[in-house]
Parts: sequence; structure tokens; C-alpha cells
Amino acid sequence: MNGHLRVDWRASLSLTGRVLLYLAVPLLLPLVTALLYGEGWMPFLATIVVTTLLGYGLSQLDDDRDIGAREGFLMVASTWLAVALVGTLPYLLAEHGTASTLSWPHVPNALFESMSGFTTTGATVMKNIGVEHHSHALLIWRQLTQWLGGMGIVVLAVAILPELSVGGAQLMDAEAPGPGIEKLTPRIAETARVLWIAYFAFTVLEMALLYGLHLAGFAKEMTLFNAISHGLTTLPTGGFSPEAYSIEVFSAAVQWAIIPFMVVAGTNFALFWGLVRGDPRSLLADEEFRFYTGAMASLTAVVTVVLFVGSSLPGTVGLAGVEQSLRHGLFQVVSIVTTTGYASFDFNGWSMTAQYLLLFGMFLGGSAGSTGGAIKMVRWLVIAKSIKRELFTTVHPEAVKPVRLGGRALDESAIRGIHAFTLLYIALFFLSVVVLMLDAGRIGMELQVLDGMSAIAATIGNVGPGFGAVGPMENYLSFPWTSKFLMVFLMWIGRLEIFPVLVLLTRAYWRS
Amino acid sequence: MRVIVVGAGEVGSSIAASLADEHEVVVVDVDGDRVEALTYDLDVLAIEGDGAAIETLQEGGLAAAELLIAVTDDDETNIVSCGTAKTLDDVTTIARVRNTKYLDTWENAEGALGVDVMVGTNLLTARKIASIIGLPAARDVDSFADGTIQMAEFELAAGSPVAGQTVAEADRFDDLTFAAIICPDDEADCEEIVIPRGDTRLSAGDEVIVIGTDEAVTAFSHAVAPDDDYHDVLLVGGSSVGYQTARLLEQRGIRAKLIERDPERAQFLAESLPKTTVLEADATDRDFLESENIDAVDVVVTTLESDEANLLAGLFAKRLGADRAIAVVEEGSYVDLFETVGIDVAVQPREVAAEEITRFTREEHAENVAIIESDRAEVIEIEIDDESVFCDRTIQSAAADLPGGVVVGAIVRDGEFVRPRGDTVVHAGDHVVFFVEATALEETLAKI
Repeated sequence: MNGHLRVDWRASLSLTGRVLLYLAVPLLLPLVTALLYGEGWMPFLATIVVTTLLGYGLSQLDDDRDIGAREGFLMVASTWLAVALVGTLPYLLAEHGTASTLSWPHVPNALFESMSGFTTTGATVMKNIGVEHHSHALLIWRQLTQWLGGMGIVVLAVAILPELSVGGAQLMDAEAPGPGIEKLTPRIAETARVLWIAYFAFTVLEMALLYGLHLAGFAKEMTLFNAISHGLTTLPTGGFSPEAYSIEVFSAAVQWAIIPFMVVAGTNFALFWGLVRGDPRSLLADEEFRFYTGAMASLTAVVTVVLFVGSSLPGTVGLAGVEQSLRHGLFQVVSIVTTTGYASFDFNGWSMTAQYLLLFGMFLGGSAGSTGGAIKMVRWLVIAKSIKRELFTTVHPEAVKPVRLGGRALDESAIRGIHAFTLLYIALFFLSVVVLMLDAGRIGMELQVLDGMSAIAATIGNVGPGFGAVGPMENYLSFPWTSKFLMVFLMWIGRLEIFPVLVLLTRAYWRS
Repeated sequence: MRVIVVGAGEVGSSIAASLADEHEVVVVDVDGDRVEALTYDLDVLAIEGDGAAIETLQEGGLAAAELLIAVTDDDETNIVSCGTAKTLDDVTTIARVRNTKYLDTWENAEGALGVDVMVGTNLLTARKIASIIGLPAARDVDSFADGTIQMAEFELAAGSPVAGQTVAEADRFDDLTFAAIICPDDEADCEEIVIPRGDTRLSAGDEVIVIGTDEAVTAFSHAVAPDDDYHDVLLVGGSSVGYQTARLLEQRGIRAKLIERDPERAQFLAESLPKTTVLEADATDRDFLESENIDAVDVVVTTLESDEANLLAGLFAKRLGADRAIAVVEEGSYVDLFETVGIDVAVQPREVAAEEITRFTREEHAENVAIIESDRAEVIEIEIDDESVFCDRTIQSAAADLPGGVVVGAIVRDGEFVRPRGDTVVHAGDHVVFFVEATALEETLAKI
């Protein structure tokens, strides 16, 4: 049997083991937090021990970690599954966790929370969020999973594991959001490092700014713990917050301050590399960036008007109304489009028009090479351009018209790939909505169609909150365990952009 | 001085002929027949051999030569000839190339490859076509003084508003000089070049040569042919010339259509020319041309690989409704034929190249040269120095010392256009653009 397999699964799993070994290091942060706050630290020590043992065991499978494209897909998919599984341990073991017990009903919940964290989805099954109900250490772990998942665990692995210098490009290609990767430097490990350094720098900057606002007296609730927590989940476009009411509890100053960081998080990080190297125009010259900011600006304009006219917000008269409509409109559009999933307002109370606009935004996504999820701006841009070409060639059948991106003609195969991805994404969305509605009906749960659609769009697109039953101030706890597994699966394949997981399900992948 | 010309084809022979009177010319070619023919035709030393080989160059007397001009039809041979000559001796080298990639390399590292002056035939041809398209009614256009001055040749159509007017009446443009009028050859009463005076009458069929600023020449062009406005340009053939022409048109904001039959080439063109609509089709397919609204086309440019195809495609397009046709023609003897049967302008790459090279072989102070009507006259740009007959004198008084057939077309002082009139004083350092008849050329060049 083994001889017929074309995939060196031992090599893939061995690499996954190496990543798990390294995962033990960031687990020290919640451990230290627990010690600082005098909370139970045993769950985290236990997690570190289990992670290390499992990682070591897997890494011993094979010492010849020579990976090709096939091994790359398996390694990436299994790594994300493995970290999500290991990540459930603190939730299952912590005293004030989601479950606080290893009993069955809590396993799907813990897995949901862990997968939602690592995939930076931000959908939660926690009924009561906040330090009153959970330990600081557990909440920090929840935030940290998003930060680790944001730029990509595999990208991090490529940056630090020397043996991935050759296969690294394939791994990053399989994991990184958007079609293809951009090598910023001749060495792939260097590229991965550059990306992580930019990611790290922006994170620290945001933490400093948020805590600075607190010190300056503009944000009472933005304690050091909160500043660190939100810094850890903005840049990965994660959306977890240790506050039950997300960003709504903070002052307008904090809400305004977070917006640019969400925009940055949804931007192709490679562009910042150009900025650092002294070419400020590289950002504005990038077609996807202009499309990305333009799309958010237009959507914000519409939502702001809808909010102001529809008076969905309190105090929507005079200038205060304008500021509020603009602030919440902009915040929510940026949060949803970049798939961050923070809420500055319980948009469940907004008009249906505004809610449908946000549902539409859930499909847009951030830029390629950003931490944002969903379909992504560059794909929409290419689709728009290829439709324009179709219209043109209808009039001029003989015309040869390449689709251009940033002046460069795109390969026809790349365009086909983008069409296929988008179609598959939308097909999976509708199929999943049907399954979810049936499953909810099975246990007699009342689920509105918009709520169900938003739940699926929010999980496959790694957005987080949806509407109604899964609105920003609600949670996913009431779904049956079967639906939770479905959404765990959607978050997983959504984060890896479907194909790397889907190819594992084909016969051709495993045989020659 | 001794000049070695490598390549005895059309360009080489033409250059050799124009240099033979004043210089010692050695022509090198691998083709024995051509060498033999040249020996009898011109007063030059013709040697059979490979210009890229050391022995041949030495045999041609490279040590005594000041200039080497490599103008074979093979780019690589031309470049290697220059490089070889450069390693042997301190000689000024000129190479003619078709492929623009060599030109790009050379322009980015001037003096590279041992070439002092590189003349890119395809690019020059494209520039010529693009400037003719820019001046709809013009038959020939050249620019001088870093592009601030243009020389243009117009044929007056029967319906033209200036036909029948005197020069004084037609001269409504401040920054424009009527340099010469060339009458059609078949009219016995007017075979010569006429230097116009105020009362000279312009008639339909005349070819008028004007020199002036860009705007003035463009304005005159609109006066000559008010309806001409080239927005709809159709290029037939995605050869190197066609490609470069489309690129130049794109730079001017003209979105041309380009027809190319070969799918791979069409794909390449479509990828390289973002503002041009590339159509993969046969330019002789009537239905296709009609579906692309050929009758709305202002000018069709044929840049296919063969002269015959260019002629046919150009005539066909005109028959279907294109207003004007510009065709590239390789064979020099076809130029007249093309223009007689209906092609409005025939552009010959070899002539363009020869013109450009002649510019460098003129007396040391000539900056730029345009050859009019196959050597009947030249337009030259000269920087006036202390020894010039013009230095610190009015045009009128200096003209008395010059032979007839010389017109001061434009003066550029510190980058600014100065209107040349009889009482205008010329200073050292001024760039003056002259129109000079061929018969007066030698004497004029010596004095100015």
C-alpha cells in the first residue's frame, strides 16, 4: 500500500511535529500570565507538555524532510488541524474555561473556539466573555491563537526552520492568502522573516498607541491587558476581544485608532516592504490596494448614509449623528471587509439594508498577502476585469486582450484559477447554508435565513460575527455539535483557501 | 578623412555615394558581385570580405580611418564590426541595428559594445510614421533643435483652403516659415525648387516645405487640410516597426487598433501594448474589416513583412473607406510607385537610416539633417560659431554672401524660438535651421 502512495506523508507529518514543538514556546505567555495574576497555571503547563511530546513524536517519523508540492499541501493542512486540536487543551482544562471539563458536549465547543482562534475567524461559543468569567491567562491564550494564526503558522515555520529553505515557497503558497506569493528577497526564509517583522512591528505599535490613549485619559477601559489583547487580534484580522461587548465598550478615540490598523492588516504586507525600502509610491501604485481602499470607501459612504437617514443609531441628529454614523459605518465596513470581526456597535439593530450591505462585505475580504480572509480583493478585481474583457470581445471577436494587473498581463491559467476558486467558494457557501439550516431544524432551533447565511459567510470567510442569532453580541453556542463541526471545517478550509485541503480529498493526489 | 563603410547594400551604397565626393571611402562587403558593381559605380575602394574580421578591416586601412560605419542587414555583424574596430584603433563607430533590444542596451550604457552612435532603423521608421500621423496632411516630418522645431512637407490638395493663395496670404502663422515649394515633376513649367516670395502663388499639387514651432506647423497642417484629425488609426502588421509605432502612438494618447495574423505574436503585442487594441485577424478579410468599421478609419499604416503585402493591404483599406494610407516599403525603387498608385506616404526604413547616418558624417558643426525629395535639398540644423558668415549679422546681409537656394527657416536661442526675418541678427550659439538646395549645399556648409 505504502509503495503505491505518491505522497511522502511521513515527511509532512514530521514537519507538522516540528511546528508543534515550536508552538510550546508561545504557550509560555499564558503560563506567565497565569503566574502574574495568581491564576491556575497547571492547564497551560499540561498543554506545553502534551504539545511537546506530540510534536517530538511526530517529528521522529522521518528525518529526511524532503518535500514537494504534494507533501506541502498535506503538511499545511495537517499543521493547521494539529495546532487547532492542541489548542483545545487550555479550554478543556482551565478552571474558568468554556467548558472546564473534558466531557463530550464541550469538546466541539473547545475545538470551535480553538479553530476560530487560529484561523483568525473570531466566531465564539463563549457565552460569558470577560475576566469576571474566565482567567486572564485563558483569555490571553484565546487572543494569542489569533496572533499566531494571522500571518500564518507555516510562514513562521518557514522563517525559522532552515530545512524549509527549498520547499518553503510551496508551503507559503499553500497557506498564504491570495493567489501566488511574492518573493521579496532572494531567500524565502528572509521573505517570511520580513513579513513577520512587519507584522510584529505593527502589533507593538498598536498596543503602544492604545495604552497611550489610556494613559492620556482618552480611554478609561483600555488597560494594559486590554491594549495587549486587542493588539494581538487586530493585525491578524482576528476579532476576538476579552470584552463581552467587543469594541463598543471603548471610547470613540479608541474606535478611531483601531480603524487604520484594521486597514493595515487587510493590506498586502509585501507593500510595506516597498515602503520600508524607501519607495512610498509602491503602496499607492498597487492596483489591488487602490481597489481595496476604494471598495471600502464606497461601501462606507453608502452605509453611513443608510445609518444617518435610517436613524439606526442613538443621537442621530446634528453633527453628533454624522460623526456617529460615519464612525460606526466606517468601523463596521472596515471590520467586516478585512474580516476582522470587531464590533463598535451591535449592528443587529441596524436596518436590513445596512445589514445586507455588511453581508455583501463579508465576501470581499482583504488583499492577497494580508491576514484577511474571504475571497479577497485581487480576485474580485480580476473577475471584474475579465468580465469587462468579455464585453469587449463580444463587440470585437478578433481582439486579443490580456487581463492586466498592475500593468502586467495575467496568465490565462491564473484567471481560470481565480474563477474556479470564487465559484467553488460561493457553491460551498450555498451548500453549507442548506446543511446548516437543515441541521438547525433537526434540533428545533429557530434560525432566520439571513442569520444562517451570515453564520456560514462569517466562518468560511474567517469574519467572525454574523447577524441575529450569531450577531456581534451573541455567540455560536446554541448550534448543534454537528453544525459546529461543519463550521470548524469551513474555518479550516477557508483559512487555507479551500484548494490545499480539497486536493487531499482527491484520488489523483494520493495516487500517481 | 578615410571612412570605412561595412555593407554595400542600399544604405551602405547610399552613404558611400554621398560621402565619396569629399572623403576617401572604403566599402566592405561579403558579396563579391556587389563589391564589383560598386567599384565601377562609385569612386570608392570596394573590398570583398567580412567586416567583422580583423584582416578585412586592416586591409581596408583601419589604422588611417577616422570613421567606421557598419550598415549591413545583420545587426550582430554591425555591432561586432564596430567592437572589433574599436579594439584595434581609435575610430568613431556607427552601427545600424533593426532590433530595438540592442538599442535599449546601448542607450542605457552609452558607448557600450564599442559603438559610438547606434542607429535603430525600426525605431526611426516608427518615429517617422508617428510624426506623420501627428501631422495628418504631412508627407514628411523631421524635428530639430531638440524637438522644438519641426520641418514638414505638405502636398496641397485641390480643395485645400490655401491652394490658389499667395504665400503672403497663406502666411497667417507667426512662428512659421515657408522654406520651399516643390512643384510636381510632370509640370514642365515648374520642375525646380522654388524659394517662395510673398507674391508666389500656391497651387494644388504643390509640395510645400514649412519650418516652424510644433504648434505653428500643426496649425498650418489643419489649415491645409481642415478635416484631418487622426484619432482612428489602424495598424496592419505587428512587425517590429508596427509594434514601435503603436508604442509611440500610445505615448501620445492615441489608442490605435493593430491587426496581427500570427496568434503568438498577437498575444505578445497585446501584452506589451496596454492601450492598443490588438486584433488577431487577416487584414485582407473584407468582412472583418467592415465589422471593425474600416470606413471610419482616419489613417491605415501597413507594416507587414513584405512590400507587396503592404501595398495591397494599404490599397484595400483605402478602397474600403480608410482616409489615408501610410506604407512601409523596403525596396527604394518602389517608393514612387507606391505613392503613384494611391499610398499617401511610403516610408522607407533604409532611407531613414541613411538620413540619420548622413547627419553624423556632415561637417562637424551640423547638428541634424533631413533629406528632401531624394537628395534634391536638405534641411540642416547648425550651431552658429564665431567663424560663421551669420555671426552677429542680420539675415539679409549674410544672405548676400550665400548662393541662392538657401532659406533660414528657424532660429532657436537659449531654447526659445526666434522668428527669422530679414533684419533678425544672428548670434554665436544660436541654433539655426536652414533649408538648402542640393546644388548650393557645399558652398553654404563651408560658409555657415
